[in-house]
Amino acid sequence: MNSIDHDQQADHFISQVSEDSPILSVRNLSVHFPIKRGFIVQREVARVRAVDGISFDIYPGETLGLVGESGSGKTTVAKSVMQLTKADVGSVKFEGQELVGLSTPAMRPIRRKIGMVFQDPYGSLNPRMRAGDIIGEPLKVHHLVESRENYRSQIASLLATVGLSSAMAERYPNEFSGGQRQRLGIARAIAAGPSMLILDEAVSALDVSIQAQVLNLLQDLQEKYSLAYLFIAHDLSVVRHISHRVAVMYLGRIVETATSSDMYENPLHPYTQALLSAIPTPNPVHERSRERIILRDDLPSPLDPPSGCRFHTRCPVATDLCSQTDPDLRVLASNQQAACLLAPGYSGAKGV
Amino acid sequence: MNSDLSVERLPLLRVRDLRTSFNTPEGKVTAVNGISFDVNHGETLGLVGESGCGKSVSALSIMRLVPNPPGVIERGEVIFEGTDLLKISEREMQLVRGVGIGMIFQEPMSSLNPVLTIGRQITEPLEVHLGLTGRAAENRATELLEMVGIADSRRRLSDHPHQLSGGQRQRVMIAIALSCEPKLLIADEATTALDVTIQAQILELMKNLTNQLGTALLIITHNLGVVARYADRLNVMYAGKIRESGTAEDVYMRPSHPYTVGLLNSVPRLDRPASERLDPIEGEIPDPSNLPPGCAFHPRCRWSISKCSLEDPVLERIETDQMVACFESKSVARATR
Repeated sequence: MNSIDHDQQADHFISQVSEDSPILSVRNLSVHFPIKRGFIVQREVARVRAVDGISFDIYPGETLGLVGESGSGKTTVAKSVMQLTKADVGSVKFEGQELVGLSTPAMRPIRRKIGMVFQDPYGSLNPRMRAGDIIGEPLKVHHLVESRENYRSQIASLLATVGLSSAMAERYPNEFSGGQRQRLGIARAIAAGPSMLILDEAVSALDVSIQAQVLNLLQDLQEKYSLAYLFIAHDLSVVRHISHRVAVMYLGRIVETATSSDMYENPLHPYTQALLSAIPTPNPVHERSRERIILRDDLPSPLDPPSGCRFHTRCPVATDLCSQTDPDLRVLASNQQAACLLAPGYSGAKGV
Repeated sequence: MNSDLSVERLPLLRVRDLRTSFNTPEGKVTAVNGISFDVNHGETLGLVGESGCGKSVSALSIMRLVPNPPGVIERGEVIFEGTDLLKISEREMQLVRGVGIGMIFQEPMSSLNPVLTIGRQITEPLEVHLGLTGRAAENRATELLEMVGIADSRRRLSDHPHQLSGGQRQRVMIAIALSCEPKLLIADEATTALDVTIQAQILELMKNLTNQLGTALLIITHNLGVVARYADRLNVMYAGKIRESGTAEDVYMRPSHPYTVGLLNSVPRLDRPASERLDPIEGEIPDPSNLPPGCAFHPRCRWSISKCSLEDPVLERIETDQMVACFESKSVARATR
């Protein structure tokens, strides 16, 4: 695919939906994993509520950052959007079409429109395939190849788009550096002309100088092809940098959503406040002068989440009420929602 | 060990021209190529760099834990409390490792023995180095666990490592490393694998404990942010050499080596507007077995001049306490102020 084709394709996908309607709309999504015991007769003894009733929208060309620590359920969200993990309850609509319950063959055309990039490019690239064929595979699967010549030129164009030379098509993944492998993973993800990418910790394993290059590449691609991104990461400073809006997850729930700037200027949920304060900045003057909120204890197990507000066991401001009442996400400002009983204006606010 | 009064005036640790290499099938790789630095009594020093820069091998060389073969400490001096650690016997070195210098690593699960209880692993150094046994050792172990913030510490002594969370395991590692009250604690990416809120807990804990005990702290990390709050001084490494060193304030606020500048511009920062585009260092981190000639950073450097590919600049003092290895450090410094 040369870049002109690619542009047209991106335009084509965007034109299917109006600017105002979300490209991805997730409602009340829950994914529970049963824990089974027993030798011949297996009984369910517990459930991990990996994702527990979350809702969010992503608009065309927009980046939604999903941030959380281990066990928050952010990767499970990615998998259940792609129907790689089945949702127990809830709805996932992509370009208006319901994905929950779709069969694998019915999902295939959707997978062309949603690309995925993973944390470990080495683990997700077949070591026995040449780089060119790795990128070319989605083209073949989705019947986007007209001729041998066309296949080769599409690969060369994709490599150029992600900043690799066309000669690299002949090499194997082990001949690439970590950053180049991630570029390869991105080339594969955009090969079939998607309208959205799911990026799961896509830059987390990279060295900082390389991470910055890949973040800039992602921003360029978004602009060029009007891609929507679901950007999943544990590092709030990276998420804030690349996202238009941010959703903060804690133990299977979204506890706050806001625009990147509101999130930083005026975080409403105590967990968001603590996360922000825990992120170190390379500025000793700033770092030494600011007060740090140190949360007590470890993250509770998602197998047995705390009663009431799930954050109350670690929350610096929790009251007795917090251990009894489970707060829902409410609209507390334009573009800002939080699930905290103690957030200003919470009791009178509207639910999401 | 030498307990002369004059020792007090020397830095606690003085590393001079340390060079460590590995023999690999692709040829000799010089991981650490002639580094020199001091750690003063009670101070916190940061050693920062990306993968393959030699920061971890530097720490392993100080502790004489470089696997041999394939690794060889080729030359240099590691003078700790007046004694060159590279010249003493393995037996004497074991004493230094227990009592003089404590070390914690990134992955506590691979440093802790999975089949021994936590209690046994804490009491072992107490027994070997301090001669504490039985009830006395157990009491001290309980105290140590309390000190690192593990609740219900006496009962936890009988737990095995797998029963603890990642953060708790790192707390146990700190308890073991500090059990004999060493003069220096080396933390090699000790918080890298932890969640951010737990990372903050562990860093505060390390800083508070080393402050209380008067222990010097050497923090090795790839994350420039992690050390900004804690380090008094900072060394920035690239391709086996220290390229810039100085007080944390100087290095962060007035970086004078192009690599330091590039690193600082590569990180998304909460203290800058989110919309600001990152300005990363071009190119790839070089292969340590095939480093560019001259200054190893020159192919990625915006300030490089023809001299840079021919000659490797040495660390030179540019201001009161800032050392930079760059021919163009003056123009870099001017551009970043």
